[in-house]
Amino acid sequence: MVYGANSGHPGGSLGCADFLVALYGNVLKHDPKSFKYDGAEQDMFYLSNGHISPLWYSVLARTGYFGVEELASFRKLGSRLQGHPTPDKGIPGVRVASGSLGQGLSVAIGSALAKKMNGDRTLVYTLHGDGELQEGQIWEAAMFAGAKGIDNLIATVDYNGKQIDGPVDKVLSLGDLAAKWKAFGWEVLTMNGNDMQDVLDVLGKAGLLTGKGKPVVILMKTEMGFGVDFMMGTHAWHGKAPNAEQTEKALAQLEETLGDY
Amino acid sequence: MVKYENTGSKDTRSGFGAALDILGDTNPNVVALCADLIGSLKMDNFVAKHPERFIQTGIAETNMVGMAAGLAVAGKVPFAGTFAAFASGHVYNQLRQSVCYSKTNVKIAASHAGITLGEDGATHQIMEDIGLMKMLPNMVVINPCDYNQTKAATLAAAEYVGPVYLRFGRPVVPNFTPADQKFEIGKAVVLNEGADVTLIATGHLVWTSIQAAEQLEREGISVELINIHTIKPLDAEAILASARKTRAVVVAEEHVMNGGLGDSVAQVLAQHLPTPMEYVAVNDKFGESGTSDELMAKFHLDTPDVVDAVKRVLNRK
Repeated sequence: MVYGANSGHPGGSLGCADFLVALYGNVLKHDPKSFKYDGAEQDMFYLSNGHISPLWYSVLARTGYFGVEELASFRKLGSRLQGHPTPDKGIPGVRVASGSLGQGLSVAIGSALAKKMNGDRTLVYTLHGDGELQEGQIWEAAMFAGAKGIDNLIATVDYNGKQIDGPVDKVLSLGDLAAKWKAFGWEVLTMNGNDMQDVLDVLGKAGLLTGKGKPVVILMKTEMGFGVDFMMGTHAWHGKAPNAEQTEKALAQLEETLGDY
Repeated sequence: MVKYENTGSKDTRSGFGAALDILGDTNPNVVALCADLIGSLKMDNFVAKHPERFIQTGIAETNMVGMAAGLAVAGKVPFAGTFAAFASGHVYNQLRQSVCYSKTNVKIAASHAGITLGEDGATHQIMEDIGLMKMLPNMVVINPCDYNQTKAATLAAAEYVGPVYLRFGRPVVPNFTPADQKFEIGKAVVLNEGADVTLIATGHLVWTSIQAAEQLEREGISVELINIHTIKPLDAEAILASARKTRAVVVAEEHVMNGGLGDSVAQVLAQHLPTPMEYVAVNDKFGESGTSDELMAKFHLDTPDVVDAVKRVLNRK
């Protein structure tokens, strides 16, 4: 998709693939054929790091929210699949725009509050970049959720240690991230985001922790560009599109996509 | 000239509070959020009667706006209240992405707007908020003129589906519009028909303009007085119909010249009917401490300033 548009964010997208596939395939209480914008009696998911839209669109399509053939329109003029997710062109699965970082946790809390008011026992999930946690609004939201016991909320952080200008530790270290979330009143889990079994196990554990008075956060260790050897171990592929040769090479590295090019 | 009576001065923010109280009882989807300013926003009744539908956000306005968006997605009609300075500038990117671009049904209750906020001074007195908010696609911008109109506007905002920025003030001001008015978003209200000049006013400057029009009438000048409470969507038709008659326009607002109602009116006139126009507005300055009345006089937003602006524009006809 990113190759087809010659723009986009492949690094984080690949890193979070197992997580989103597990979430949409196994965990969310939802109905892809009957997407409800208001999320009534459905688990909701907000992608706060909207730049990994290629992954989200792929997962939504392959889970049945819309046709797979529409993926080729990514970032093209007139497409419902805008560069960063937005509901304004009517793509099922997307409720709020994201792209400018730091806003998704607040939005998710709002929906979680509505569910509580409605006596609706379904959950709200979010995904964030780790660089995104440098945004102040995230901590306003974290403080609120912890203080008010928003316990129908499971946030996940793509803890890949990399951002545009380099390693997170060099740009602006998050310090002891687990301790920070704990201090804000959250239940903290860790996950190996590129081990599908661990993804499923920890998502299961997170679900069991809901309803107990605390919001839950999963610190998900991932490798940016996971599955494509030249995209791993570097922050260079955050927002760069592969060329034709690179795309062919990348697709050849995973059995399922061999020959897709 | 039509006579307008002050039936008893009240603060416009109390009009908001009264409407929110009614909405609490009549619309179960309405919820309220506030950033540590319940008393100032006159939300006390709502909070007391519907605590399960009220969210105290603490002094964290960007989170407040985001949560309002999430509540709106899930079917609620959220009114998020704080001082206008924090309800617009501080949360601009959140209003832009989570509310306006996402078209979430969020109502921003922006209190203490303008210089009439008074003694707290410039850090709290925002006079750029109409400009900021009208520049956001999908944002409806309303500045009602008195207690009765603010109450009616709040009820109308709850009915309307889409983002609304509702701007009102701190001080007690004359109350003169009908208590039972039906508020129509986007519709100009002609307060007096006249022939010599079109005097357009919004918010607190409407009563000021009524005083000015009465004085001008005594001097033989016929003023067509129009209350434009909705800066966006603007009632361009009403503006042009009047300007075609009078060929002279004055716009009065508690706002800077840049980007307010005046600029919106000028945009319409420049495109369709170039007409001499004068502003009663603050010329690119921050406010300062003082009483509401002192400040309106010092910053040239008072009756004599409206009269002068009318005379200036008449000289340019």
